[in-house]
Amino acid sequence: MKHLTEPAYVRWILIGVALLFLALFLILPLIAVFTEAFKQGADVFVASIADPETLSAVKLTLLVAAISVPLNVTFGIAAAWAIAKFSFRGKNVLLTLIDLPFAVSPVIAGLIFVLLFGSQGILGPWLDLHDIKIIFAVPGIVLATTFVTFPFVARELIPIMEAQGKDEEEAAVSLGASGWKTFLRVTLPNVKWGLLYGVILCNARAMGEFGAVSVVSGHIRGMTNTLPLHVEILYNEYQFAAAFAVATLLAALALVTLIVKSFIEWKTERQSGVEEEPYIDVTGERAG
Amino acid sequence: MSIEVDNISKSYKNFTALKNVSLQIPEGELVALLGPSGSGKTTLLRLIAGLEQPEEGRILFNGEDNTNRDVRERRVGFVFQHYALFRHMNIFDNIAFGLTVRSRKTRPNKEEIREKVHSLLKLVQLEGLAHRYPSQLSGGQRQRVALARALAVEPKFLLLDEPFGALDTKVRQELRRWLRHLHGKLGLTILFVTHDQEEAMELADQVVVMNEGKVEQVGSPEEIYHHPANPFVYSFLGRVNLFRGRVHEGKIKLGEAEFETEWENKAVELPAVGYMRPHDVEVSLHAPADSSIQAVQAQVSRISLLGPIVRLDLKRLDTNEVFEAEMSRQRFAELALVENGTVYVTLNNLSFYVEEGQSVTPAPTFIPLQVSV
Repeated sequence: MKHLTEPAYVRWILIGVALLFLALFLILPLIAVFTEAFKQGADVFVASIADPETLSAVKLTLLVAAISVPLNVTFGIAAAWAIAKFSFRGKNVLLTLIDLPFAVSPVIAGLIFVLLFGSQGILGPWLDLHDIKIIFAVPGIVLATTFVTFPFVARELIPIMEAQGKDEEEAAVSLGASGWKTFLRVTLPNVKWGLLYGVILCNARAMGEFGAVSVVSGHIRGMTNTLPLHVEILYNEYQFAAAFAVATLLAALALVTLIVKSFIEWKTERQSGVEEEPYIDVTGERAG
Repeated sequence: MSIEVDNISKSYKNFTALKNVSLQIPEGELVALLGPSGSGKTTLLRLIAGLEQPEEGRILFNGEDNTNRDVRERRVGFVFQHYALFRHMNIFDNIAFGLTVRSRKTRPNKEEIREKVHSLLKLVQLEGLAHRYPSQLSGGQRQRVALARALAVEPKFLLLDEPFGALDTKVRQELRRWLRHLHGKLGLTILFVTHDQEEAMELADQVVVMNEGKVEQVGSPEEIYHHPANPFVYSFLGRVNLFRGRVHEGKIKLGEAEFETEWENKAVELPAVGYMRPHDVEVSLHAPADSSIQAVQAQVSRISLLGPIVRLDLKRLDTNEVFEAEMSRQRFAELALVENGTVYVTLNNLSFYVEEGQSVTPAPTFIPLQVSV
């Protein structure tokens, strides 16, 4: 197969360009974040992290992720199951709607909620009357984050479920399994790695979301500041060391996400590797 | 358990899969649903299983209406074309699935399940593979696991969708023999779908020939091969030669050959088709002495030696129609045939069908004729 490979110098140039790009845009900034964070010593670093406002930002970020990720997992599984295993009217519309949060700028997404729930918004007067705060409060942040991270799980699961077809589910049902048992014992185990992958990506985005959250949060320190917003505030106040110290938390999250993601990829590859024959969807031949 | 399909119709978006199909499958028989792809045989099987709902008609098991019963309650053993084994479960769990998903009240205990699975593994000759995963088995082994899994729930009957479709010829032949044996041992009603006429003929007690959503003929392999109800069945079961001609005033003319017929519609001239199997074509070097035997001259255009038989591609000298003849090696040696040589061919054993109606009619009716030569 020698004639199919490029000459050595071409390969080295290509690899070199890729590595240079990676170093310039990924590794260099990462190093910069950590050096800036420790520039004034470990004491300042620890102090910035241990600051009550930082801790409250960490707490809020975790809370938001803890609410929006499970919501999107539930929704994503339900949507993927419906789209991949059944045919119904408006399936394409649903698919498009799932993609909507990717197509809309996060700032616009945030504005939608301000227009809906803000004091000048459509539901504003009613909410005021009942003393419910959504905008510039935690519920607004959760809503905006959920909206932005909406597609991750569903988008990850739909192609996997579609590729697997519905033969196994039909087999399970013909053996007497109920719909719920079929889902728990056949469908879910078959997509578990894909699901975990989707959850990881969804979580990373939920914790790192800036635009939409920035619009709805109101930046109230110690109350409605998430980690990314807190970094911005510190930076704008020229507390560079503190800003970078907090940023290392987000960078660490990214690194952990990448490691878990590659582990899952390796795992799924190994799993599909033993699968010599792909399960072909035979719906085309059904009529036979 | 017997199965009765009563006047079933089913269509998808823009495609009619089944049109008023009725069928009776007696208890304990091994029945093949045979037809080309798109003939509706898989749809019929899925309707019987309850995986699809018919628009019209009823499905009865032992005379009891099951049309509106859920798949789960029908207790039907269904084996899928691509096996549909649960890929994340080992073989033991696959076979035990139908038992372990039962509600606590009806579920057998662990020991009973273990025993059942092991006896089934023994039945399908896969002892010792209980802890393997489906991806670690060969196609034939997977097929047998699928069968064992279906049998575990003690189904009323077995439905197999193209059971040997994805296997190579040798494994297929072994599995056929094994299935025949299994059927004899269990005495279960088995209905299987196939597009392979040889498979249907070899395995089945009864063959249901289907085409374009309709049942064309039901009968034993012997019946459908030797007495096909219509040209479709004739040409679907094995190789066939077609001779086109016309029927007029009680005579069918196929080129130079002429046949007497009891065809009643004597005044009108209608197109007629004569069908003949290649092994029924008699080839000789001389014209038959008996002048009442219809024989035509033909040229040998190609000789294929196929093991025990020899196949000739022939061309009629009167009509230029191309057809095939098959003979034993011995007969071939006796005749000492060569390519491009001329032979006499006796047109006995012809079955005639007359095309009735205008040529614009999309589906002309064919009526078999009694031929007196």
